[in-house]
Amino acid sequence: MSVLEKKEEIRLLSGNEAIARGAFEAGVKVASAYPGTPSTEILENFVRYEGVYAEWAPNEKVAVEVAIGASMGGVRALATMKHVGVNVAADPIFTVSYTGVRGGLVFVTADDPELHSSQNEQDSRHYAVAAKIPMLEPSDSFEAKEFTRLAFELSEKYDTPVFLRSTTRISHAKGVVRLDAPVAPAFPPGFHPDPAKWVMLPVNGKRRHIVVEERTKALREFAESWDGNRIEWGDRSLGIITAGVSYQYVKEAFPDASVLKIGLAWPLPVRLFREFAAGVTRIVVVEELDPHLETHVKSLGIRAQGKEFIPIVGELDPRIVRQAITGEAIPVRVPEPVPSRPPNLCPGCPHRGLFFALKKLKVTVTGDIGCYTLATLPPLGAMDTCICMGASIGNAHGMEKALGPDGAGKVVAVIGDSTFLHSGVTGLMNVVYNRGASTVILLDNDTTAMTGAQENPATGKTLHGEPTRRTDLPALCRALGVEHVYTVNPHDMKQTEAVLRREVARPEPSVIITKAPCALLPEHRRKKRPVYEVIADLCTGCKACSQLGCPAIEWVPFTPEEAVAAGKKATQKGMARISPLLCDGCNQCPPLCKFQAILEKKS
Amino acid sequence: MSVPKGDVFLAGVGGQGTLLASEVLCDAFLLSGFDVKKSEVHGMAQRGGSVTTHLRFGPKVFSPLIEPGKADLLIAFEKIEALRFAHYLRPGGAMVVNAQEIFPPSVATGHERYPQDAVERLRAVTDRLHMVDALAAAMSMREVRAVNIVLMGAASHFLPLPEAAYEEAMKARLPEKIVDVNVRAFRAGRALLQQT
Repeated sequence: MSVLEKKEEIRLLSGNEAIARGAFEAGVKVASAYPGTPSTEILENFVRYEGVYAEWAPNEKVAVEVAIGASMGGVRALATMKHVGVNVAADPIFTVSYTGVRGGLVFVTADDPELHSSQNEQDSRHYAVAAKIPMLEPSDSFEAKEFTRLAFELSEKYDTPVFLRSTTRISHAKGVVRLDAPVAPAFPPGFHPDPAKWVMLPVNGKRRHIVVEERTKALREFAESWDGNRIEWGDRSLGIITAGVSYQYVKEAFPDASVLKIGLAWPLPVRLFREFAAGVTRIVVVEELDPHLETHVKSLGIRAQGKEFIPIVGELDPRIVRQAITGEAIPVRVPEPVPSRPPNLCPGCPHRGLFFALKKLKVTVTGDIGCYTLATLPPLGAMDTCICMGASIGNAHGMEKALGPDGAGKVVAVIGDSTFLHSGVTGLMNVVYNRGASTVILLDNDTTAMTGAQENPATGKTLHGEPTRRTDLPALCRALGVEHVYTVNPHDMKQTEAVLRREVARPEPSVIITKAPCALLPEHRRKKRPVYEVIADLCTGCKACSQLGCPAIEWVPFTPEEAVAAGKKATQKGMARISPLLCDGCNQCPPLCKFQAILEKKS
Repeated sequence: MSVPKGDVFLAGVGGQGTLLASEVLCDAFLLSGFDVKKSEVHGMAQRGGSVTTHLRFGPKVFSPLIEPGKADLLIAFEKIEALRFAHYLRPGGAMVVNAQEIFPPSVATGHERYPQDAVERLRAVTDRLHMVDALAAAMSMREVRAVNIVLMGAASHFLPLPEAAYEEAMKARLPEKIVDVNVRAFRAGRALLQQT
């Protein structure tokens, strides 16, 4: 028996694993989400528990609507998303705030300060205020699990959906969690018709708005007395108000200071802030991103400092907090200047073939959210815009309308399979309806790759791993009214380029589906694949293959002496080499070599 | 006796298995009675880019992030990555660096050279620099993917845990069929460096 089994009540869990565990312990029966860093692993972990139902929805709005339906049906329900997913789901969220719930209903938003894997740095706490929904904010994995359980209790007690807000350093940090047994549901499932509660006609909505305002007052009283909002008295000369992961940085940087830790980001207490303010000399509010707590504190007439010196951009750490408050810069070694290493498309990525071909067309490429957004980086440099999930198609259409006849054949949209199903379908519908002529390239790699290979409606598998009907992408495009739908193999760049040229010139909407599996999919990795090598004697150092930007193709620089010693002209600056450890055998580079120097390696 | 505490910074390239290595390390600390926290990023950053893990252990850990200049041990899976995050090491801290070179895009496309003086520059950061060829050790076991665990084995000399804790952590964490190869990789890595 291992020690882990002996200490079975203690686990080291990430915040996301802890939220999944908390949902399981709370008796959640239905969970729905669209994958999005840093929230993805919540559902991936939740689905492993016995007796639960979890699904990938096509987008966050659907996920929230599914969770609402489950709550109406009398079970506890969860929807999880990244911060920008809340924007997509905002419509149902604002109104379910009015209806309230039956089974406990919790929405997790995982924010991404520092934009580790996001397109903006929005602070989701504003949503709690705007939608009048209480929001719990854990400061580590331990609280992530405890607060998740509490969120469901509050939801049922106060008849409200509840937000649980995480950030990257909560979701993707591991800490110790104490496991508890799951609770039994307080009532059996069943929908109880109640139009005044569930049918938001204006007349009902108006009455429910009054209920919402009363509910916020009751929750504010809860906020005054709940021990998740607590004062930790210490040295009274410095009082710090903080929440979330910033609490940990504060405890690290100022172990002796007095701290008011806020666990309920909305609604905020009033008396507790006043009590704290009366007990300390100097008050500083330490929070990442926007001055949410600070604005509230200042609105109470309390003299506090915060964003004057606590950064509003990026994430914090103990050093930043200490330096901001004391004004003293602790000397550290200057980072060594080294070549940067941005993320890159993987060796064998099918997107690389498409973008290599696309670059040759010299067209404007409106882009979207996925691994392929990386194609904007050199040497491919073949993407010009990226706004949000699904934006590429609307952007291309709008640009086409702006440019008029001069823009014909000069703009294409690229969008991944999962992103297209998330929110690109309506964009394509719009192109057809409004007599556009955009060329849309649909990158179908049979997975949701960027977030770690999740299933989607076009992959034929559910989150539970069961086979299911696939959305037929070509048929869907045709049903929307696109007459010209073609599928190409993006590893075959010659064919891809030819089809691209033909379709871009066409004065009608067309869709080109580039179909090849993601190189990271286990099915692909298990396949026996060739490994290519550069025949040193044949390589002239022309760098044609380097233009792919494949991580497996390395440039070996020569000095003139080394060149001569290698039997090359003294003017040859170097040669290409293929790393056998990295080569995926995609066969994109061999046809690019005019000297036939790239051949399959004999093992 | 006071429980020791420490900060371990892991740096590598997406795809090198830093995540799994740090999982094993965390479990080993937890099994040995430490509080432990670790933080890393997933998603876009993992696609061949620089990846880091902050791992902190002690009687009670607050921040999941290590401050620059405070890491006791830097485990780097690649030389450029060791240099990139060398400023996280505290004065007198130890560094265990895999000798492997993975070219970043600017080097792979010939726009920049791979820093030839990487090891000298690392030595200027700390005299407790330990270079190991984890790739060669893993290849000699015919298991390229074990580079991460080989490196953990080498780094284990600088951590206050018995060897058994790591092996137990691997047994608890890894699928059964790969436990044996990883235990061997760990031992091979540990044998690469002498007790210091």
